Amino acid sequence: MSNEELKSELVALHPSLVFEEGGEWLNMVIEPSELIPFAEKIRSADHLFFDYLFCLTCVDWKTHLTMVYHFSSTKYRHTIVLKSKLDRNNPEIETLCRIWKTAEFHEREVFELFGVKFLHHPDLRNLILPDVWNGFPLRKDYEDAVNMIKL
Amino acid sequence: MIEELATTQEGDLVINVGPQHPSTHGVLHLVITMNGETIKKVEPHLGYIHRSIEKMCESLSFRQFIYVTSRMDYLSSHINNHGCALCVEKGLQIEVPARAQVIRVLMDELTRIASHVLWWGALAMDVGALTPFFHAFREREAINDIMEETCGARLTMNYMAPGGVMFDIHPNFQKRVHAFIELFKSKIDEYDELVTDNVIFKARMQGIGMLSYEDAISYGCSGPTARGSGVKCDIRKLYPYEIYNKLQFEEIIETGCDSYARYLVRMKEMRQSLSIIEQLIDNIPEGEFLAKTKAVLKLPKGEFYSKVETARGEFGVYIVSEGGTTPYRIKFRSPGFSNLSALDHMARGQKIGDLVAMMGSLDLVIPDIDR
Amino acid sequence: MWSLSDITNSIQNALNRAFNPTFATLTEMVIVGICVIGLFAVLGLILVIMERKVSAYMQVRLGPNRVGPKGMLQSLADTLKLLLKEGLTPDGADKFLFNLAPVIAMIAAMLLLAPIAFAKNFQIWDINIGVLFISAVSSISVISILMAGWASNNKYSLLGAMRSGAQIVSYELSAGLSVLSVVILVGSLKLSDIVQSQENGWWIFKGHIPMIISFVIFLVAVTAETNRAPFDLAEAESELTAGFHTEYSGMKFALFFLAEYVNVFIVCGVGATLFLGGWMPLHIGNWHGFNHVMDFIPSSIWFFGKTFFLIFVIMWFRWTFPRLRIDQLLNLEWKYLLPISMFNILLVTLMAIMGWHF
Repeated sequence: MSNEELKSELVALHPSLVFEEGGEWLNMVIEPSELIPFAEKIRSADHLFFDYLFCLTCVDWKTHLTMVYHFSSTKYRHTIVLKSKLDRNNPEIETLCRIWKTAEFHEREVFELFGVKFLHHPDLRNLILPDVWNGFPLRKDYEDAVNMIKL
Repeated sequence: MIEELATTQEGDLVINVGPQHPSTHGVLHLVITMNGETIKKVEPHLGYIHRSIEKMCESLSFRQFIYVTSRMDYLSSHINNHGCALCVEKGLQIEVPARAQVIRVLMDELTRIASHVLWWGALAMDVGALTPFFHAFREREAINDIMEETCGARLTMNYMAPGGVMFDIHPNFQKRVHAFIELFKSKIDEYDELVTDNVIFKARMQGIGMLSYEDAISYGCSGPTARGSGVKCDIRKLYPYEIYNKLQFEEIIETGCDSYARYLVRMKEMRQSLSIIEQLIDNIPEGEFLAKTKAVLKLPKGEFYSKVETARGEFGVYIVSEGGTTPYRIKFRSPGFSNLSALDHMARGQKIGDLVAMMGSLDLVIPDIDR
Repeated sequence: MWSLSDITNSIQNALNRAFNPTFATLTEMVIVGICVIGLFAVLGLILVIMERKVSAYMQVRLGPNRVGPKGMLQSLADTLKLLLKEGLTPDGADKFLFNLAPVIAMIAAMLLLAPIAFAKNFQIWDINIGVLFISAVSSISVISILMAGWASNNKYSLLGAMRSGAQIVSYELSAGLSVLSVVILVGSLKLSDIVQSQENGWWIFKGHIPMIISFVIFLVAVTAETNRAPFDLAEAESELTAGFHTEYSGMKFALFFLAEYVNVFIVCGVGATLFLGGWMPLHIGNWHGFNHVMDFIPSSIWFFGKTFFLIFVIMWFRWTFPRLRIDQLLNLEWKYLLPISMFNILLVTLMAIMGWHF
């Protein structure tokens, strides 16, 4: 399916989507509260069938955080990029790991590096950093006098 | 840890495999709950070699950050660099000269063979046969010599540059690669004789570590791990980059879903890579090896994603640029991280000896997982 | 002809002339003890260097080649290093059992040297239940492994020890049954009788196919009993780091190491004695000329040649095969080897009664 076709299909599925221009793939922004119903729909709809979540990450825009999900379909080979803006002071979003199991590890990584809290995540603990780590290293305002070397 | 103890029943054994353990091939730390010899739960604890490469890249220029990725998946460092270079080229819309494209693919495939050969030896060592490891290193050495001559390095090649490759191939390159093709053709048959058809090896690998088609996709597995479960996911076929769409090669799919299927995929991939090298080695076009680029690269504002097929699977580079000389945010989608997440699912109910074989069949490289 | 038995006889005569019989026997015991300990150490050194050279040959590398001529003194240097190392005892370990275990492994291995005939008339103790003695004493070594695994207070060690217990107890059966097939044919448990019965041909040739089957089963079973790859589940380097001796260091580790190699030597020696004629030269029926030529090669060379050949075969196994899993290992024994050897022993019995062997 081309990007245009995808766009019309997705709007039909979820009218409140906001599309972004540019990029190789279709970019769209969704409210955090609407993530789970939308995700369930694009996973289960037969003509979309986004069964492969191949990248899950977060970007710190200083004013807010943006969750970025890359979905693709192993059946139709189309790809979309789903974004969701989070409040920087209290970032919370529903977990996707009941729909895509790979989200469990990726969300744990985002949790410790960005401090995003994933609601209903089965095992939200630090994966890479030590359990007692303070701060979120991949945020732009993170300072670490010992481990970071400024160029 | 306290929570785990609370959920552990009496008589269960909680064992730390790693961070120092002979078969984790690095500093992977698994906390295993076992009942006798049977595994009830595997819990990876990562980060022993975490260097926050993503954060590091935010302060490096678009030329520099490419070479940091050599230190992630050090066994396919060339392919990692390739992915990054592709992403920068996509952002700047640089046309890569034909000669550079062929050289890149040749190097990619040599790297893939080197990585798979090492994996083969290490897997055999995991299931208790020590000899194949040394045989594997003998052939890997030949590839490393070729690399050393052209790139100046044996492991972290750093040969890529945005717009092509850093310097032209060594005059001996073609001769050496021809010699290697001859050598490797006989050796790969020897590998099959020594390990693939071994009764004990088959008994250890078949029916072990089952990962169904649906689970492989759901866990985000890629590369030989997913292809062993019948998932078509070879980036070289599905989203061809460089000249892969002009080449004759097969995407290897096995439907066994077990460790042995993943093993067979990699063994057959080595032959495919060899055939790609054979097709290209005498057809390197003349011309430039590096496109003209500006001294300081500035990616336009936007987001760029490129993916390549490393020896372990799909390596993705996600660059968010604000139009400056350094990336605003970089995310590396490493294949090992997703593949590792399926380990717990695969290992439950199996024996501890199988866990080692399973980890071997996933081909984990720890710096790739920790980044 | 000059032989080892002449030397022992002349020593015995000299001692008996010089001292009263009790004291002479005591002196002999001391001499034998020293010889056994010496042999133990020398065998360990030789077998370690042999293993390293064999593995190096199979793995397309050179192996040790720096210490001494062609690296022959490497294992001596290693022993020296191990002697000087601190023998750590972990904090939570049961100190008494922990320190006792390697000694028991060592004693069991040493006791086994007693009934073995190294050359013609050269045997420490020609006990009339020689074969029974060997199979009984060799089972003691499992106690040392269990002890080591339990006392280490380490989960890897415990797993290794438990595996080893299950393994040795099961493979003892097949080994015992295949040894029994020779005993049935000979009609004696005494090792000297067994060697003597092979004067006109070794049992592996005289006993038709059933004896070849027993020999193969014997080889497989003793490989398992000595915890060598592909049955090295008790150590299982890639799974359990070092299994039952994970916590051992220095000389205590070296004792386990040594005991393993001496055990390999002993089981190969027993195998050579039972199936390949021990010190008996290669004799074929009544080809007197050929037999006579063979007699010129000293009996000790025959014994050691056969034993080292078998040791080489066991090393060959180790450097070729992957390791079995614990359930596959037990399946192999209980579902395949044991029924086969039971059936085989029936055949051998029939053969012995009917006199069908040569």
